[in-house]
Parts: sequence; C-alpha cells; structure tokens
Amino acid sequence: MNNKPVIAISKVSTRFGEHIVHTELDLEVQRAEIFALVGGSGSGKSTLLREMILLQSPDAGSISVLGVDLQGITGAQALALRQRWGVMFQSGGLFGSLTVKENIGLPLREHTRLDDVLIDEIADWKIAMTGLKPEVGMQYPAELSGGMMKRASLARALALDPELLFLDEPTAGLDPESAGEFDQLVRELRDRFGLSIVMITHDIDLLWQVADRVAVLADGKVQGIGSMAELSQLDHPAIRKFFAGPRGRAAQENSSPPARRNEIKTRPSWKQK
Amino acid sequence: MKLSTTPAAITLRSTQKYALSGAWTARGIDSNLLDDKTMATPARGQMVMDGGQIEALDSVGAWVLQKFLHRLRQNGAVVEVSNLPPAFAPIMAVAAEEISHRADAPAAPTVSPGSSLESIGRSTKELAEQGLALFSFVGETSIALAGWIAHPARVRWRPILYNIRSAGFDALPIVGLISFLLGIVVAYQGADQLRQYGANIFVVDLVGLSMLREFAPLITAIIIAGRSGSAYAAQIGTMAVTEEIDAMRTIGIAPLEQLVLPKIIGLLIALPLLTVFADLLGVFGGMIMARAQLGVSFAEFIERFTKAVSVTAYLIGVGKAPVFALVITVVGCFQGFRTHGGADSVGRQTTRSVVQSIFLVIVADALFSIAFSALDL
Repeated sequence: MNNKPVIAISKVSTRFGEHIVHTELDLEVQRAEIFALVGGSGSGKSTLLREMILLQSPDAGSISVLGVDLQGITGAQALALRQRWGVMFQSGGLFGSLTVKENIGLPLREHTRLDDVLIDEIADWKIAMTGLKPEVGMQYPAELSGGMMKRASLARALALDPELLFLDEPTAGLDPESAGEFDQLVRELRDRFGLSIVMITHDIDLLWQVADRVAVLADGKVQGIGSMAELSQLDHPAIRKFFAGPRGRAAQENSSPPARRNEIKTRPSWKQK
Repeated sequence: MKLSTTPAAITLRSTQKYALSGAWTARGIDSNLLDDKTMATPARGQMVMDGGQIEALDSVGAWVLQKFLHRLRQNGAVVEVSNLPPAFAPIMAVAAEEISHRADAPAAPTVSPGSSLESIGRSTKELAEQGLALFSFVGETSIALAGWIAHPARVRWRPILYNIRSAGFDALPIVGLISFLLGIVVAYQGADQLRQYGANIFVVDLVGLSMLREFAPLITAIIIAGRSGSAYAAQIGTMAVTEEIDAMRTIGIAPLEQLVLPKIIGLLIALPLLTVFADLLGVFGGMIMARAQLGVSFAEFIERFTKAVSVTAYLIGVGKAPVFALVITVVGCFQGFRTHGGADSVGRQTTRSVVQSIFLVIVADALFSIAFSALDL
C-alpha cells in the first residue's frame, strides 16, 4: 500500500460572516492510523469534520480525501467517494422510520446489487461486530439507549466496509464501561481491517488509550500534533488544558503500559519520514 | 485499495477445483453469483478453491465465500482455499467465526404477521385507548382551566395574545379570500335558477342565510384546522420528541398551562372574529355577483339584506365558532402530546390531527343543524 496520506488539508480558511473559524490550517492523516481532533468548544473541529465529509466547503484552501480533491468534485465522484468512507454522527443520525437492521442495510440496498436475504445477514453480522445483541436489529432507534444508538450508528457506518471512518464524539454520553468497550472496538477495527479513523473527542481516556496521533485545534490553527505522550511535553496553553486538572492527570496515569507500547509499535509511516 | 470493477466470479475448473476471481466486495458481487448451477454441483471428497485471482475482498465477499464453504462442508466435502492473499486472512477468519457461531445459535424468533381478526382486534383496542386518552386529556385540560379561573393571576396573557395573532390575525388574508370566492360561487350558482322565476332579489336571502349560518363558520373552521391545528400538533409533537415537555415538567411549569390553555383561549377569541370577517367578505362577494349577473344594485341588496337575514342567523353562525375552536385546539394539542419516537411520529400525529379535527368540525356542524331545526331556529 502507498504511503500517501488519506486526508491532506492545506491552507484551509473558513469564516461565518465576521466569525473566523480556520485560518490557513494544514493537517495530514496517514493510512491506518487513529487520528483525533481535539479543541475547545467553537474551535472549529466539527466544521473541519464537516468539510472533510463534503457537508460544507471551506472558503479557501484545499482538502483531499482518499486521494480525491474535494474542490470542484463532480457529483459522480462525490457519490463514489461517499461509498468509501463511513460517518458516525454524534447523536446517531439513525433514521427513525427504519429498524436498526434496515438502517444498517440501507447503504447496501442503495449501492449494491445484493439480494435482501444476504443484506439482512450482513446487517446481522455488523450488529454482532459492534457488540449489539441480535434482538436489537428489530428495534427502532427511539427504543435504544444512548450506548446502543452509538453502536448501531457505527454498524451503519461500517456497512460498506469503508477505508476511512469518521467518528464524531464516539463516547460522549456513554457510561465508563461502554466507553471502555468502545475504545476496544475502535482499536480492533484498525488492527484487523487497517481502517483509517478520524475522530472528534473530548474523552481524555479515549485519547490516551486509542489515538495514535492527536491534533489540538485553537485560534483557527493546529497548535500541536503528535501522540499524547509527545503533546504532554508541549507548553501551549490550549494543549496544557488537556493535561492539567485532576481528570487529565488521572487519565495519563491510567493509560496502561501495554496500550502505550502498542501505540509505539503501530506508529505508522509518519514517524519514518 | 482501488475501486475494482471486475465482478466477482466463481468457475469450475475440474470436478474438484474451483477458481475464484474478480472483486469479492459489496459492489462486485451480484446476487446471482452463487446461482443454482454452482450450488447444484455435487460436493464430495477433497476440493480446492483457488483464491489467487481475487482482487479485493471485503466483509460481504468474505461472508458469501465462507457461507458457500460452510454449505459444502455440511454436505460432506473437505474444502480448502488456497493461494488467498495474506491481506484477506483476517476478514476471512472473522467471517468464519461468525458463521460457525451463528450455525450453533438458534435462529432468531420470527414474529408472525398475525391474522386479520387479530389486526381488527388490535386496531379496535387502539381506538378505544385513544378515545379514553382523549377523554382524560379533556378532563385534565378542564381542571387546568378551572385552576386559571380560580386564580386569574396565573393566566399567561403573553402566549394568549401571541396565539390570537398567529392563529387569528395572520389568517385574515386567506380566510377573507376564500370566503369572498365562496360568496361569488353561491351567488353565481343561484343566479341561473332565480332568473328563471324572475326572483332575482332572492339572491340576497340565498347568499345572506347560507353564508352567515353555514358557509362562513364552516369554511373558517376548516381553514384554521388545516392551518393552526396542524401547527399545534407539530409544535407539541416536536417538543415531546426533543424532551422539551419533560424539561418543562421538571422546571415546574405545567405543559397544559403553558402550551394548551393559551391556544384554547386564543382560538376561542380569534375564531368567532374570523367568522365575522368571513361573513362580511362572503356577503360582499355575493353582492358583486348579484349586481353583475342579476342587476341587483348594492343599495337594493343591503335593503333586502336587513329584512331577509335576522340577527338570529348571524348569531347562530358566530355561535358555532367557539365550539369549532375547541374541537380544533383540543384535537391538535392531544395528537401533539401523543407523539413519541421521532420525526416519523410527528408527521403521523400532525396528519391525524388535521383529518380528525376537520371530521369532527363537520360532525359538530351536522349536530348543530339537527338541534337548530328541532328548536325551529
């Protein structure tokens, strides 16, 4: 496989009227890495994510995802590109009128020529893969708990076996146990299938346990980038916020040695440059 | 990974050897990949699948392939996949694990669709439940209203005034236009018949009585049911879905007092006023048509109008409006509160509120007609 970055963002500027969100922001995400975007409220990380998944376009600069430049992309290219990534939205984004199984099967029904029996089997498999019970497939999103909703949403994002997975606040609103299981799940997906994962999160444990690299956004730019261990050495105020305070310190102490060893071992090509 | 366009294929090289090729992915696999012909091949003894030509393999491909292997093995064959690129090994292993796991587990219980008798029973039960719920909603609303009457300081004037504006004042143009057109239609339809008997002047009786007694209150109520009744259901329904109603309760604001009573009082005031406005424009429409078609001048029309149309006719028409207003708000708010789930449910309850309130308005109007004829009004 090639060493080209899966996502390359260069000199992106975004503004909403008077409010400036990004100023000449640069960022690269490598293949098969778990990349996290962090930053305070209003630092533009959600906007950046929306720009990466073609829901919004920046005012200036260029973004290329999976080798496709998003500026001036045609409808057909966008459709093909959208089938190569999966997105898990913060509040699920599951369709309320469909059962969980129908939600997961929807991308397959829409984009492939598989028959219904096979689609149902695949949907059942994805349900099992994300750690949900088989009965959940027949339920409607309104009947699910927060954690089940996140898992179902992840299962739908995985329906077409994407190369790239975007997660928006994957553990927000989950109890610590579910959040821990989610950490495990995300790592497994990367290790088994070589997925590249981009996530927005505030979950300090998730950052220590799972993320290979973390980018801190503040004042419209990336203020620091690297593994959590590397970031913890930096002295920028926006970065210090994540390590200062009892929660940050506790998470740092709890980040288990095996996880950190694993992180170093799997640290991908960007280190070799 | 490149997007591969070569479709997945499976070919029989010899009796014991299959060759797999193409993209075994969600997009590369056709539903008739493993058609009856492939499946009918007798499976026995030692078999080999050559996977060297597989270009891409995702979870769908792995699933289809492992299921095929599983079936062959169940039929007594010993199958092996050779030359499979090592990159595809993990996904194949996961698929195999899941399939063997699922073969052991009992099949998920299927829900039977149920007989028609059962569905009739279910819908009857649902209807009865809904009737009962409506009954208790009316009761609770009455208690809340009684509370307001007992403690007038608790009355929320601001939402009442807001509702009078949004359901009443803002509806003036559409109500006026439609009743004006209705007046024209009534006069026009009557003109032909009346001219034959030379009874041109009786167009005033026709337009005046029919507009004031029946058409103006009815058409106003139907417009408002479609316009405001649906808005009530959608607003309360969306609030129920986003937990705003629960939030209101926990803060200590009774949702009935904040959401329902202002709407009821607002429409109780606005709908009779709208009806009067509809009376005016309906009769005006009739007047214009009477002059154009029957040569009845405005002065003649008004002179005859004062004789032909009694105050009773006017009061009967306007008197129905508060009843219609109650029907529209109660049904709209009730359906809004019955929303649960998501966007789908909001749409369903809104539709229901409009259909039911129009239906009930017409039923109420029919009951009024019977009652008034019994009373000789």
